[in-house]
Parts: sequence; structure tokens; C-alpha cells
Amino acid sequence: MAASTSEGKLLSSSTKRKAAGLTRQQRRRIGDTIAWVLLSLGGIMMMVPFLWMVFTSFKSTPEIYQYPPKLFPRVWLWSNYYDAWTLLPFATFFKNSAIVSIGVVLGQLFTCSLAGYSFGRLRYPGRDRIFLLYLATMMIPFAVIMIPLYVQMSSMKWVDTLWPLIVPAIFTPWGTFLMRQFMLTLPRELEDAARIDGASFFRIYARIILPLTKPALATLGIFTFLGSWNSFLWPLIMISSLKLKTVPLGMTAFQSRMPAKTPWELVMAAATFAILPVLIAFVLGQKYYVQGIVTSGLKG
Amino acid sequence: MTNSTMTKVASAPAQIRRSKLSELRRAFTGLQGEETLAGLFFILPNFLGFVAFSLFPIAFAVYITFTEWNLAKPPVFIGFQNFVTLWSDPLFWKTLGNTIYYTFVAVPTGVFAAFWLAILMNRKMKGILFFRTIYFLPQITLTVAAAVVWSWLYNPELGLFNFLLDMVGIQGPRWLGSTTWAMPAIIIMGNWQGIGFAMLILLAGLQGIPDQFYEASEIDGASDWQKLRYITVPMLTPTIFFVVVTSLIGAFQGFDQFYVMTNGGPAKSTTTLVLYIFQNGFSFFKMGYGSALAFMLFVSILIITLVQWQLANRWVYGFQDD
Repeated sequence: MAASTSEGKLLSSSTKRKAAGLTRQQRRRIGDTIAWVLLSLGGIMMMVPFLWMVFTSFKSTPEIYQYPPKLFPRVWLWSNYYDAWTLLPFATFFKNSAIVSIGVVLGQLFTCSLAGYSFGRLRYPGRDRIFLLYLATMMIPFAVIMIPLYVQMSSMKWVDTLWPLIVPAIFTPWGTFLMRQFMLTLPRELEDAARIDGASFFRIYARIILPLTKPALATLGIFTFLGSWNSFLWPLIMISSLKLKTVPLGMTAFQSRMPAKTPWELVMAAATFAILPVLIAFVLGQKYYVQGIVTSGLKG
Repeated sequence: MTNSTMTKVASAPAQIRRSKLSELRRAFTGLQGEETLAGLFFILPNFLGFVAFSLFPIAFAVYITFTEWNLAKPPVFIGFQNFVTLWSDPLFWKTLGNTIYYTFVAVPTGVFAAFWLAILMNRKMKGILFFRTIYFLPQITLTVAAAVVWSWLYNPELGLFNFLLDMVGIQGPRWLGSTTWAMPAIIIMGNWQGIGFAMLILLAGLQGIPDQFYEASEIDGASDWQKLRYITVPMLTPTIFFVVVTSLIGAFQGFDQFYVMTNGGPAKSTTTLVLYIFQNGFSFFKMGYGSALAFMLFVSILIITLVQWQLANRWVYGFQDD
């Protein structure tokens, strides 16, 4: 019903007067139509960069420099995708990104769900103090940590390897926080029954808590995957050799490789296939992603 | 949000202090002992990593702040010298100013747009899920890829935007190449990317407003505008507050699109604080100075957040009860 509130502002005064004489359902239909038109216009504006990217990616070089530009390419050059893929070792970039993202996701799901179980379901002295420590560090911006962490990585001889992209990203307070908050909402009875039957805590965690936590695990998994796949600043600091670059770093290598005349059609082709995996991950896990934003955002 | 957890957590240490040594012994023996050991054992993997890669770097950062260190030679302790330098460094003030400019233009305009978008979207209508996905897509796109695409759109000679402006007879600016327009260009791109997130949270807030309020107001003959002004907006203020605070914190740490689209130029007009920290640390290898700048970033974010909490009493509905 909150939706109908927007009508008042959007309808001109004459239609509004007329609308007063209409039934609720008719008013609702008018509101829906107006919302639909406005959302479509806005939606087209949101899609323009994507559409322009895809259309550009199929154009030939002369077409890029042609003025006025045409929306559609004259001939759809699929070879641009092959050229972009081979001009820089994008297969390697994808492999690196996949190794890093999957490693971080698995590591997070494991350590954060265990810690979340401990923080959310078990009682022991000192628990809440440790948790407070976790909460406090969540407020520290990454920029504060990046310099000392770099020094730490270089003393561990991890600079220009994939390790620093995986290992430090596994133990985020945020993931632990999310798991704890979700596990707090589970009912106690099942656990107590299992306890009386003599099940160990690890068994309770593995057999009772984890299956019930699937939605939260999915949320954490997809957030972590997208975050890791899109991550840029930290890999930029740690990685210098081309064969270890992740996809976002590879994108910038493109730009710096050809400073004189950017081959925009190839850059747009690369951007298209760089976006594709996150697009697929999002479409598959949209429900959990949206849920994650709403719950972690509002409930906390 | 974290407020309620904080108070809950804060009351626990008091209880522990009251407990005697015998209680501690009880915590490690018998049935409770089992639970204590299991609890500690389960956080251990995460906690070790947390200490090594969160707590330790934070403590280390504090130390580095007081040193001059280029990694080639051992660090030299120089006390507060980095902060003295920083105070008279025009680039620190310029980049802080740029960051404030970006944050305080992008966030209010973005939240305002997201608010109306959420209002439009809060209806049961065919295809609403499709719209929601469309508006949310930029949010999940790699910022680097999006930034590259927008650089192409902003290209002064060949880009789409200046072509469209040209069609209506306007000579487009040089966008990313102009000291005046580079920042607005990045703000537009930032809001394009961020609007989906704000919209989604506001939408959840809208759906949490009970229908009875609207029904009651209809009986009283409230107009649509009055419903918006006196029910929707006040009831949504806690959500708006949350969106504003998280967006401010996020925007203040902007890096990716600045690095890719302009690398801070032209003439430092889009160098943000994080970009300046990055340059100091990893281009000039001034670890101490970079850390001091990062500390100032943290303090700035803290101040902004605290001011928001203070101001919240005036406009956020039911803020005290939280």
C-alpha cells in the first residue's frame, strides 16, 4: 500500500481530481502504469553502459573511430573476443581468479561457520569479550591495514604469490558476525535433545547446525565469491607478474599496454567476459544475495 | 543495528568480574568444561587468522605511524613527526577535500534517487523482479570493468555521452580530462553502481511498514502526499539512517574507479585519500607517512559516523529506543 503514496506526486492535478472519483482498483492500475513507465525509462538508463559495452565489443576498429557513432556494429565481429582473450593471457587471469575466489569461499565457510557456532550457540567464559574484539575491528578501514599487511606478507616471502589474496581473506570478522547472527536465531531444543543423547559438540555442529544454516552459508558464500572476484586494491598491491594477475588486474593491464591508441573494441570484449562469471553467480544466487543484504543490513 | 549486540556484550564482562576463581575452575571441568573446550576449540582456526591478519596488522599500523620507513632500511622512530608533516602537507588537505567532495555529493544524491526508486518499486506488479535485477546489476559488476566501460562512455571525441549532448546541440565537456568535470563524472558512475544496494535496503524498510498505518490514515482521509510525508518518511528514517551511514563509510574509502578512470588526475582533482595512501605506501615507499594518512582516514570516518549518530536524535524516528 505504501506504493500508492507516490501517485499523489506523480499525477497532474487534473488527473488527480478525476482519480478521486475512480475505484481503488482503477487508481492502483494507473499507479502501476506510471511506475512501470518510470521504471522502464530508468532501467534503460541503467542498461546503457552494458549495452554500449556489448555493441562496441563487436565493432571493427574503423567503426570505433567513426563519427557519428552507430548503435549496432555493421558486421558482428566475434573475432574481437578471440583477439582480446589471446592478446593478454586471460585464461590465466581467469584461472587465478577462480583459485583465489574458491579458496577464499571454502576457507570462509569453514572457519566462519565454526566460529559462528562457538559464538552463537556455546556458552563459556570470555566468549563475549572475544566477540567484542571482532566487532571492534570491523570498524577499521582496510586502508589502515594494507601497509602493515604488505610488510607482513613481504617478511613471509608471499609478495607476488596468490597466497596473500587467499589466506588473509579467509578470517573476516564480517563472515563470523554473519554466521553468529544467523545461528542465534535457531531454536535450542534440537541441540539439547542431541546433547542428552550424548552427541559431541562437533557432531551437533556438523549434523544439526550446519544443515539448518544453509541459507546463511549460501549468503556468505555468494558475498565472499563476488567480493573476492571483484577485489582490486589488495591484489594490485601484492601482484606484479603478469602470470599471477587476477581478472580485474588483467583489465588494467590492457589499458596500460596500449597507451597510445586504446583498442576500445577489445577492451569492451574483455570487460564483457570479465563480468560474465559474476553475472552467472548473481543469477544463480540472487535470492540469497538479496536476503543477505536485507538481513545483515537491517537486523545486524 | 550493532548497538543492541554491543550492550548485550558489554554486560557480560561485569558478570565475569563478579565470578570467583572457583567458577572459572567449574568452567573447565565437568559438563561445562566440555562446552568451554569445544567453544574455544571451534573459534581457534578463525581466531588465529583473526589475530594474525586483523589484530596484529592494526597494532603494527600504530607502530609504523611513528616511524620513517622505506622497507630498504630498518624503521626509524620519529615520534609524531609524520603527523606534523601531514598537517602542513597541502596534498593531504587536497585529497581529504576531494574525498569529502565525492562523499557528500554522491551519498545524498544517491540516497535521494534510491528513495524514489524504492517507492516506485514497492508494489506488487508484473515484472517487478525483472526491474529489481536491472537496477541491481551494476552493483555486482566488477568496479574495474565498469570503470573501463565508463571511461569509454566519457571519451570526449568518441564517447556516447558527448555524442548524445552533441545531438541536442551542447558541446560536451572533456569529462575525465577536465579538472571541473572529472569528479562529477566519477560521482555519476558511482551512483549508477551504488543505487541498487541503497534501493534494496530501502525497499526492505518500506515493506516493514505495517499496512494498518495506511489503512487508518485513509479512514481519516489522508491524501497520498500526506501518507508519504507523515507515515512513509518517518517510518523509513531508521532505514535511511542505516543506508546513509554505511554509504558514507563506503564512499569515504573510494579507490577502484578513481585509480582506473583518472588515476587521481587531472592535476590531482580526483585523488582520494585512499589513493594518496596507496601512492605513498606503494609508489614512494613511505610506509610511515602512508600509515599516518591512513590513521587520519580512520579518524575522519569515525568523526563522520559519530556526528551522524548525534544528528540521528533529531530526525531518525524512535532512535533512542534502539
